[in-house]
Amino acid sequence: MTLQNDSNAQVATTRVKRGMADMLKGGVIMDVVNAEQARIAEDAGSVAVMALERVPADIRAQGGVARMSDPDMIDKIIAAVSIPVMAKARIGHFVEAQIIESLGVDFIDESEVLTPADFAHHIDKWKFKTPFVCGATNLGEALRRINEGAAMIRSKGEAGTGDVSNATTHIRTITAEIRKLSSMRSDELYVAAKELQAPYDLVLEVARTGSLPVVLFTAGGIATPADAAMMMQLGADGVFVGSGIFKSGDPVARANAIVQATMNFDNPDAVAKASRGLGEAMVGINVADIPVPHRLAERGW
Amino acid sequence: MGASPIIGVLAIQGDVREHSKMLVESGAVVREVKHASDFAGVAGLVIPGGESTTMGILADKNNLFEPLRAAARELPVYGSCAGLIMLADVVTDARLDQPTIGGLHITAQRNAFGRQRDSFEIDLDIDAIGAPAFHAIFIRAPLVTSVGPQVEVLCAMKESVSRDDTHSQDERIVAVRQGNLLATSFHPELTSDLRFHQYFIEMVRSA
Repeated sequence: MTLQNDSNAQVATTRVKRGMADMLKGGVIMDVVNAEQARIAEDAGSVAVMALERVPADIRAQGGVARMSDPDMIDKIIAAVSIPVMAKARIGHFVEAQIIESLGVDFIDESEVLTPADFAHHIDKWKFKTPFVCGATNLGEALRRINEGAAMIRSKGEAGTGDVSNATTHIRTITAEIRKLSSMRSDELYVAAKELQAPYDLVLEVARTGSLPVVLFTAGGIATPADAAMMMQLGADGVFVGSGIFKSGDPVARANAIVQATMNFDNPDAVAKASRGLGEAMVGINVADIPVPHRLAERGW
Repeated sequence: MGASPIIGVLAIQGDVREHSKMLVESGAVVREVKHASDFAGVAGLVIPGGESTTMGILADKNNLFEPLRAAARELPVYGSCAGLIMLADVVTDARLDQPTIGGLHITAQRNAFGRQRDSFEIDLDIDAIGAPAFHAIFIRAPLVTSVGPQVEVLCAMKESVSRDDTHSQDERIVAVRQGNLLATSFHPELTSDLRFHQYFIEMVRSA
């Protein structure tokens, strides 16, 4: 046995940020607005909770400017659970992100669900010790966020609807664009980078490895065990569930069921079992019925 | 034991894929283990990194504790990070009802270095796997705060990098072995250094 000094330790490197996201793989991350919901999420087997002031369905219904959560509420949620806690900052609002970091939150979501604070710039995420997750609707957007320091990507979907169609479109788009890059000749990648509006080095890395350099979850409109299992079969590393749990008739049962379906996504018998006896799903809104200016997925670029 | 032992990787959640890749590159055949029936025929088991609270809750709900405890009695088992917590007899700074597999006579303190912003990488000299130093990645990592007499300490750090001053002991134990059980606070599977996985496969081959 060797006893050794810690003088060569490096804190908050890219590898420990991306590695943190690796630890969440195969899991469900649930939106919670208070400590009681956080405990329900943890008991169900969530890998993390997302602390926010209002779930997306309420943000959509109530309107107004949606901002970072109250620090007192985030503290209470951190105290209530032993799993990691995430919290949302507005797009471009680096001071909200600084506050969230100072609270000791484990992951910051620079989120289109909140009202954007900057219509030109996203947060320079390399400046933070806390890792970031960002939304994306396609590969170019995902790579731009990674270039800014995101350690995890989630496809956006259309939050607060209970309509999974946009989540499906976004995860399919991202994975299809990755497969397309993998099949290109090396001299085609220069134009691909131009078309994706993404840095060439990241395009090259994706083409060579056949995957994003960070974990890819999916989000936005997932409301049932079947929705979660479909996202996993489409290649997601895990799922975020927002309004789908606590806007449903029986949040405890539904939280458990979505976690079980995510873990056993490739086993239809298990997903069928998880789908029984859940009561009402959230009522939901068809994305097509939402006027374009109210679509959250189109925020961020 | 044949040339390529079958090693199970507990696949509730976490970095299953990274462990599987390292094991395959080290010459093992990998099987993801998710149901009690998946354990038949495995010669060793890896409990991956992930969230120990989640793994404990979901192992319980999916009736996996019985086969996991049998595996820890009978087979070589390696746990990294959350896996170390799952193998520990006693866990502190966890939910009071956190179930573990147990069998490894240690006390593990969860998140002993702080929250995610305090996660770090460090080079560690570990005699069991030889030179050069091993690049160890600690993510919301646990620490071994006490060990039973049968536990061999493979690696201990002198001081904590935590800003939390509550840890006063001089030895910060981050890798242990007790007979068929191997555990590390850090994640060899997030590097490309196969030595820990090769060490574990050697344990499986000589079991």
